[in-house]
Amino acid sequence: MTAIWLIPLFPLASATLLLLSAGRLPRQVAAVLGAGSVGLAAVCVALTARAFLADGEVREFTLWTWMAVGEFTPRIAFYIDGLTVVMMSVITGVGFLIHLYSVEFMWEDESICRYFAYMNLFVGAMLLLVMADNLLLLYLGWEGVGVCSYLLVGFWYRDPANGSAARKAFVVTRIGDTAMALGLFLLFTELGTLDIQPLLAAADSQWQVGDTLPILATALLLGGAVGKSAQLPLHTWLPDAMAGPTPVSALIHAATMVTAGVYLIARTFGLFQLAPPTQEAVAWIGLSTLLLAAFAALAQHDIKRILAYSTISQIGYMFLALGVGAYASGIFHLVTHAFFKALLFLAAGAVIHCLHHEHNIFRMGGLRTRLPVVFWSFLIGSAALAALPFTSGFYSKDAILLSAWELPGIGHWLWAGGLLGALLTGIYSFRLVFVVFFGEAHTQPDHQPGWKMSLPLAVLCVLSLVGGLLVLPLGNVFPPSGHHAAGHTIEYISIGTPLLGLLLAYLLFLGRQLPVDRLVDSAPGRNLRNFWLSGWRIDQLYDALWVRPFTSLSRWWRNEPVDRIYNAVVAFTQWAHHKLAALQTGELRWYATTMVFGLMLLLAIMLRNAT
Amino acid sequence: MNGLQIPMEQVLALAGILFSCGLLGLMLRRNIIFMLMSLEVMLNAAALAFVAAGAKWSQADGQIIFLLILTVAAAEVAVGLGLVLQIQRRFKTLDMDQARRLRG
Repeated sequence: MTAIWLIPLFPLASATLLLLSAGRLPRQVAAVLGAGSVGLAAVCVALTARAFLADGEVREFTLWTWMAVGEFTPRIAFYIDGLTVVMMSVITGVGFLIHLYSVEFMWEDESICRYFAYMNLFVGAMLLLVMADNLLLLYLGWEGVGVCSYLLVGFWYRDPANGSAARKAFVVTRIGDTAMALGLFLLFTELGTLDIQPLLAAADSQWQVGDTLPILATALLLGGAVGKSAQLPLHTWLPDAMAGPTPVSALIHAATMVTAGVYLIARTFGLFQLAPPTQEAVAWIGLSTLLLAAFAALAQHDIKRILAYSTISQIGYMFLALGVGAYASGIFHLVTHAFFKALLFLAAGAVIHCLHHEHNIFRMGGLRTRLPVVFWSFLIGSAALAALPFTSGFYSKDAILLSAWELPGIGHWLWAGGLLGALLTGIYSFRLVFVVFFGEAHTQPDHQPGWKMSLPLAVLCVLSLVGGLLVLPLGNVFPPSGHHAAGHTIEYISIGTPLLGLLLAYLLFLGRQLPVDRLVDSAPGRNLRNFWLSGWRIDQLYDALWVRPFTSLSRWWRNEPVDRIYNAVVAFTQWAHHKLAALQTGELRWYATTMVFGLMLLLAIMLRNAT
Repeated sequence: MNGLQIPMEQVLALAGILFSCGLLGLMLRRNIIFMLMSLEVMLNAAALAFVAAGAKWSQADGQIIFLLILTVAAAEVAVGLGLVLQIQRRFKTLDMDQARRLRG
């Protein structure tokens, strides 16, 4: 199938056109280009996926050699297997729906051209990331999505807060990216190649399980994955990244980019299997992140921050799955999460759009009858997020918890932690539904979402409901995980936990059966709430640990001796400038006279020297 | 070479006197037109010295340089008079002590 190279080409070409137009294209053209290119890419992906599903054959496609430096010859080449097909389908499918939604959401914005240029660039970079045949091309896509994330978080750049959120996102992920680059250097010096499949084969033959080198290499790769996927300890950028437009949050900070870390670990799982300590670290990072973010989500009152923390929490589940070796379950959760999280964000965007950019959930309320389409979307999305039975999230989360249970040793602990997370997920997701859509109305919506907003919501609703029935073609990619032989009790517990969460949320926030207000108003309750509201005060911790020492150090070092020499040069030049400028009087006769006398002086000197 | 023979020293003295007159005029006059005229006098003084030197050593170079100076002077006057027009239009004066904006 030769149309493979067309898949990233469409969005990249459209991004180039939109960028070169410098915002002069009419918004109709920008919208058609922006959404249409992703739609065309989605069609190409569908054709590729159909061909792949028909014969199950792995396709490799080389365009050209990127550069050739001695032994190092990375190619621009694509590697299409089951995992890539799944990722491409999610990126272009969900991506197209979000682009369509954006057409209506961003219609009034003056910079719609720039918006679609960045969005298309993002889709193109993300496609490069998942299609790359070697780790260097993957890294190109990896940095590309990072740049687009920065550009789109700070899209409304006139507000300095947005710019600082964008910088934070960029700098924090840069820490992880540096670790990942070091990991790539290490892999290349040790194994002599960056092509993923030969690299995995070479690692398998040269390294033993538990060697130091694979542990080091995977730890560095894990650093990159943790930064990009917003896991502990580099998760602090994601809640602030909600400063961007809501469809951006849906596409980049929920459905696709933040799952790049999950994809990286799944793609190089052969390395991680050689390094059991790192593998275990992945599981613990996932578990601690999912619990921490779930607690933080309980206390938020900004609708987008709740969803941001829930995203961090759900990616924690994916890391947990990768850590216990259930790669297929992790990718399955990635897919279902992309569906329901995109749905939730788009629905939240519709609420915000119809309520004059209101973000505080306690100033909403009673929207059930006023925005019925959004209400049903939100309800279905929250049900899938909380993993209520027979929604898509149920199937994927259930598979992860079962795999955790079956892991010998630490498995039961991981399972229990994941279960607690599921309970919290039930509480915070339905807290959101009950507060926003039930109760008294505080703000009136001024219009209903149009078809370009409603259609993506409807499609994503269907996908969130039945997405759990999808069978992903991952059989040949990952080693088969053992049959789930856990008893029925375990299954009943994992079905019942989200329902318990739903019940608790009902009692706390709708039925008012439990004294939630009195609980929050008491001193320890208020402290705990503020603690969670600030995200466990991790921002303040980093501020005290890194930011403030760094800024004070740089302020102190501003007057270092080397700098003083250069400052002295500058001061002397300025002084001389003021003195010499006095000669420039603008008097023509004065100029002529000085020239004459200068000439006479020169002549006198020459004559004296000649004699 | 026949014709009137003028001693070299006298020609150079005349050229020197002419040059000094021009220089003094340039330094002392304030009217831009007189300054331009002084410049012309200086140029012609130099040209006269060239012609005299060419005659003394029977070289054509002196006259060639004279032609060159003539051309340069014509071009300079063309540009200079154009500037004079602009100065008159903008400053309403030809006094170069008043027509200045640069103050060091």
